[in-house]
Amino acid sequence: MKDPQTINQQQTNNNVSNHISGSEAIVRCLIEEGVDTLYGYPGGAIMPVYDELYKYQGKIHHVLTRHEQGATHAAQGYARISGKVGVAMATSGPGATNLITGIADAQIDSTPLVCITGQVFSHLLGSDAFQETDIVGISTPVTKWNCQVTKAEDIPKVIAKAFYIAKSGRPGPVLIDITKDAQLNTFDFSYNTCKGIRSYNPVPKVNNDALIAAADLINKAKKPLIVWGQGVILGKAEEQFKAVIEKSGIPSAWTILGASAIPTSHPLNVGMVGMHGNYAPNKLTNECDVLIAIGMRFDDRVTGDLSRYAKQAKIVHFEIDPAEVDKNVKTDVAILGDAKQSLEQLLPLLNKNTHTNWHNEFKALYDIEYNKVVKNDIHPTKDGLTMGEVLKEINIQSKGNAAIVSDVGQHQMIACRYAEFNKSKSNITSGGLGTMGFALPAAIGAKMAAPNRDVVAIIGDGGYQMNIQELGTILQQQVPVKIVVLNNEFLGMVRQWQQLFFDKRYASTEMVNPDFIAIAKGYSIDAKKVTKRENLSNAVKEMMQSEGAYFLEVCVEKEDNVFPMIPTGASVSEIRLS
Amino acid sequence: MSTEKTTYTISIYTENTLGLLNRISAIFQRRHINIESLNASASEIDGVSRWTIVVLLSEEQMKKIIGQIEKQVEVIKAFYHTDEETIYQESCLFKIKSDLLFDERKIQNIIKDSNARIVTVNKAFFVLEKSGRRKEIELLHRELSAFGILQFIRSGRISITKQPMEISKMLKTFNY
Repeated sequence: MKDPQTINQQQTNNNVSNHISGSEAIVRCLIEEGVDTLYGYPGGAIMPVYDELYKYQGKIHHVLTRHEQGATHAAQGYARISGKVGVAMATSGPGATNLITGIADAQIDSTPLVCITGQVFSHLLGSDAFQETDIVGISTPVTKWNCQVTKAEDIPKVIAKAFYIAKSGRPGPVLIDITKDAQLNTFDFSYNTCKGIRSYNPVPKVNNDALIAAADLINKAKKPLIVWGQGVILGKAEEQFKAVIEKSGIPSAWTILGASAIPTSHPLNVGMVGMHGNYAPNKLTNECDVLIAIGMRFDDRVTGDLSRYAKQAKIVHFEIDPAEVDKNVKTDVAILGDAKQSLEQLLPLLNKNTHTNWHNEFKALYDIEYNKVVKNDIHPTKDGLTMGEVLKEINIQSKGNAAIVSDVGQHQMIACRYAEFNKSKSNITSGGLGTMGFALPAAIGAKMAAPNRDVVAIIGDGGYQMNIQELGTILQQQVPVKIVVLNNEFLGMVRQWQQLFFDKRYASTEMVNPDFIAIAKGYSIDAKKVTKRENLSNAVKEMMQSEGAYFLEVCVEKEDNVFPMIPTGASVSEIRLS
Repeated sequence: MSTEKTTYTISIYTENTLGLLNRISAIFQRRHINIESLNASASEIDGVSRWTIVVLLSEEQMKKIIGQIEKQVEVIKAFYHTDEETIYQESCLFKIKSDLLFDERKIQNIIKDSNARIVTVNKAFFVLEKSGRRKEIELLHRELSAFGILQFIRSGRISITKQPMEISKMLKTFNY
């Protein structure tokens, strides 16, 4: 491969120069990049690499998932909880295409991944060979960068570049497709990490004038509102963020991926924005005078109808990716750059404030939400179990220290609304892509990357069955992950929409489910099913105290809805409580 | 910002890598934007490609597209310009029966007046080349159509900006 742009890489090893195969080089590159665990599935075109993984098994741990999609989601879970690059591997053809959902998920949620796929011999490329697919073409729109390697000697440079691109700036997934001949041929190996690419400027410089203009708007604001996103977490800016909000006293709300950057209980944390977010921050988005967005991208699930979103407010946007500025919401002041550095420089420019009256408006609206929604969710008086009370029990048992890995749907919204977080990187969920089937494999990756943390997967009965095969990975790897399936025998969120917007025509949303307990036990996983409130607390306690993996099925009310809700096309201030 | 559609010429300085065209064209395809013309060539800088893409867009859309293009790892820099800000040309070739050159004296006048150039002549046909604005090429096409055109081909726009492009300076600041 011609590669004029990666120049002057610095030596990081002791100039080891061994004549080795491309496949051994791949494994040694991964070790050089500090990879301890990777997730994947073998097959014809990647077999030489697996042979090397066999030889290097003391130095790098390959986790055999039960499906390549599981490998990408596990790598995502690993990356999201640790901040490191997740690695997934697959063979050519179907192995490679099965990675795509996870890659697309990582792309839209800015998760650093390096995916390595095997490819047919280079002389067979374009001949419709067995298990040949144009994975570089297929993955182009869902990768930050991708590349095909046909020569063994190009492997170190390309892998170094891949890791650099995946983790720098706004992180994202990278795919490297390596032909079988490139894996088999030998060359003199040496490894240099990538330090820069001339066409790529991952972190724009913070502009001081913009910072001053931002600080001026913030200081003059009577009703400022901060909405932060995952950028605070990805930018490792949690401390700086906390300092900024504590000095300025500004009510601060989070997007789904921003959750856990500061503790849930922080007095300035006013909850989640967006479709099923909290009442106050959504409503008051349309009453604030300055909206300060930090590391978030004004997703449509956050903004509702854009033409009626915060029109009265001046918009200040802290963002690392220039393409996000003015993409959905026109900004008055944009501060491009690294969140940590920008916030650090912003702090001394801010006036101390408390915004007491403004906070009282949030409190008043929260009280309304509490009485109409929250109370019934977490302290229900009706017979049927609610998803909210399960979360409440998990909070009690975990004391807010667990990482919550949620799937997609009603349970996800409930989990994000009610889970209590004390630590950053604790809310792992598929936000942008909304990938059902994400949670089980992602929880495996998260638990393996953070073995000392409690990792609780919260999944619906639908999403659970989308990657249920990964129970096999839990069995084989003995991953002590806690799995909670909130079973309402429905694809609950779709059913909720059918109820509200399609006159209750429940088209293909009712699920006839298998015996989940028997399935868990078939994989030697301790399992319990709860159908009554009086058994819930002990069951959650037993799960949290169990040493190994644990499966808890909670049969919840079949037709509960998640509120508040901003219906599609409505404005954030039209948020419904029922 | 104006939502009225304007013809913009996008100039992209890129690394010369495989697959980048796919990545760039996907940006337009995803947003249902038709590419009016596309030209890829060498640039004034060794090893750097320069692409010229012509699109019809509002300025608001244009800015967003530029952001998406620049976001690609192997794109060094992308610019957009209006027709007034650039010097631009297209080139075209006509293949015409040689008989006409002698039988139809009018054709000789058309060639002379249009500043077209005869590239080759043989017994069977001659090839005419014309560079210029789209309107000039269209006029020539109309005039020659009356006599019969065996083949016609027109290139994409190539354009030079009136303002300097400081790519070399930008690349020099990369000193890892």
